[in-house]
Amino acid sequence: MSDASSAQTDERPAKPRPAPIPDHDSAPYWKALHEGRLLVQKCLDCNEFQLYPRDRCLACRGPVAFVEASGRGTIYSFTVIRQNYARPFRDWIPYVVALVDLEEGPRLMSNLVECDPDAVQVGMAVEARFEVVSDDAGIALFAPAK
Amino acid sequence: MGRTDARRACLVGIGETRYAKWGGITDRSEYQLAVEAIVAAVADAGLSMDDVDGLASFADDRNEATFAAADLGLPELRYATMSWLPGGGGACAAIANAAMAVETGAADVVVVYRSLCQGQFHRFGQGPGGRAPKGPARVPGIRKARTLLDAHLAFTMPFGMFSPPIAYAMVLQRHMHLFGTTHEQMGEVAVTTRAHAARNPRAVMGGRAMTMDDYLGSRFVSEPFRLYDCCLETDGACAVVVTSHERALDLARTPVEVLGSAQGAPRGFGHGQYANVGMPDDDYTSAGARTVADRLWARSGLGPADIDVAEVYDHFTGLVLLSLEDFGFCARGEGGPYAASGALAWPDGALPMNTHGGSLSEAYIHGLNHVVEGVRQIRGDSTCQVEGAETCLVTSAAGVPTSALVLGRR
Repeated sequence: MSDASSAQTDERPAKPRPAPIPDHDSAPYWKALHEGRLLVQKCLDCNEFQLYPRDRCLACRGPVAFVEASGRGTIYSFTVIRQNYARPFRDWIPYVVALVDLEEGPRLMSNLVECDPDAVQVGMAVEARFEVVSDDAGIALFAPAK
Repeated sequence: MGRTDARRACLVGIGETRYAKWGGITDRSEYQLAVEAIVAAVADAGLSMDDVDGLASFADDRNEATFAAADLGLPELRYATMSWLPGGGGACAAIANAAMAVETGAADVVVVYRSLCQGQFHRFGQGPGGRAPKGPARVPGIRKARTLLDAHLAFTMPFGMFSPPIAYAMVLQRHMHLFGTTHEQMGEVAVTTRAHAARNPRAVMGGRAMTMDDYLGSRFVSEPFRLYDCCLETDGACAVVVTSHERALDLARTPVEVLGSAQGAPRGFGHGQYANVGMPDDDYTSAGARTVADRLWARSGLGPADIDVAEVYDHFTGLVLLSLEDFGFCARGEGGPYAASGALAWPDGALPMNTHGGSLSEAYIHGLNHVVEGVRQIRGDSTCQVEGAETCLVTSAAGVPTSALVLGRR
């Protein structure tokens, strides 16, 4: 594979993860992750939880507020990525993109880390790890629960 | 809107450019190909450009109808729409919108078109903003987020999730977990439709036979998807002419009637690679087409058992299985065993599917080529002709707000 060999000879500095661009709905969410806290939205009328951040409750269209989540959850589904020519991800292959069902209910997309990609299973218990990726945003990664 | 029998919509012309692997068409622009396909479809119908008064397309179309109408010299543009349904979800909706225009009298002859040259813009497999790469691919820039779709990327891109196979691989992983769907069952879709393509001179992969061993030997891209689970990235264009039954009777071609159409999505089902991750199991592991299917069958007065041949949107093999479930050809969770039964194979299967080779083996024209093949089937002109076919289901993309048609003749 020519791409694999060119990856080996690539001596450019490591490229960081693309950082999220906060918008009006999501800025508090990214800011909290920057500080090492994972937030979810809770409806002030019907108490339903939701992610991603939106202006209104998906269930009843009521007003929502951010509340802190436990950071614990389970793997709902996942994929092991074995081809991605874009940096920095091509240097991380194989890596795992997973959907995590948080204890509070909402489902979140992330990477599963600290885990052999071939050992990932649906239903696996995981917990959040935090990483700062820009001046105004962090992200939550997940690792097998200890 | 009521419609009279005379005004019921028929598909009377089809046109296609040549299809090539991405980057294979460099002497003509994507827009020139759009125009070429429109001209070919109008000629196929036995009409003149002076008869055309409407143009219709669907979301993500760079080739704007208002330019095409002028450049083609339409005497008067009376109807120009683009369905909101995203790329893959919108081909059948664009036909349905054209049909509604004809049936209400808003226009008489509407051409639906799609030109898609991934080699000239970006390869979908590279994610949004990706370029046809000469060197190593670059991460598309979310710093340029300007749309609601782009804003969703904040929740996917940091995790290296920016191409469709990654998003839909997780749908199939969950489907496998719940129902025991297997790689071989997905492979059945790839191998069967490749065999159909072998008979189709237009098919980009027509000369590339594929066995189940070839399929199982292809590299993983995003598990559970292998390379051969993923549709092609191609260059090409096609178009379809819609007019009234009354007018169709004066034309040379067998009119192909729109027996039913439906478009939309269930509650909460959106567009984008992140929009649906929070949906309940029942929706997340579906094509998102059940509500569309229910209305399609109700409006056409037909059901799965009445369908002679199907052209099912196939961006990924696994999602074909989900569409077959949603449209009621098999029970929920049974898409895999249904495919493995040989049902989809021409000529002897219960439901010969993607008789042109589909997006997996003919070309990826956002599924408008599936409508073109549906017209061929009802005319009796397919290279995998289902004998005496009177009804054809055509579906648009699974996993996004979508649309579907039943084509046929009475």
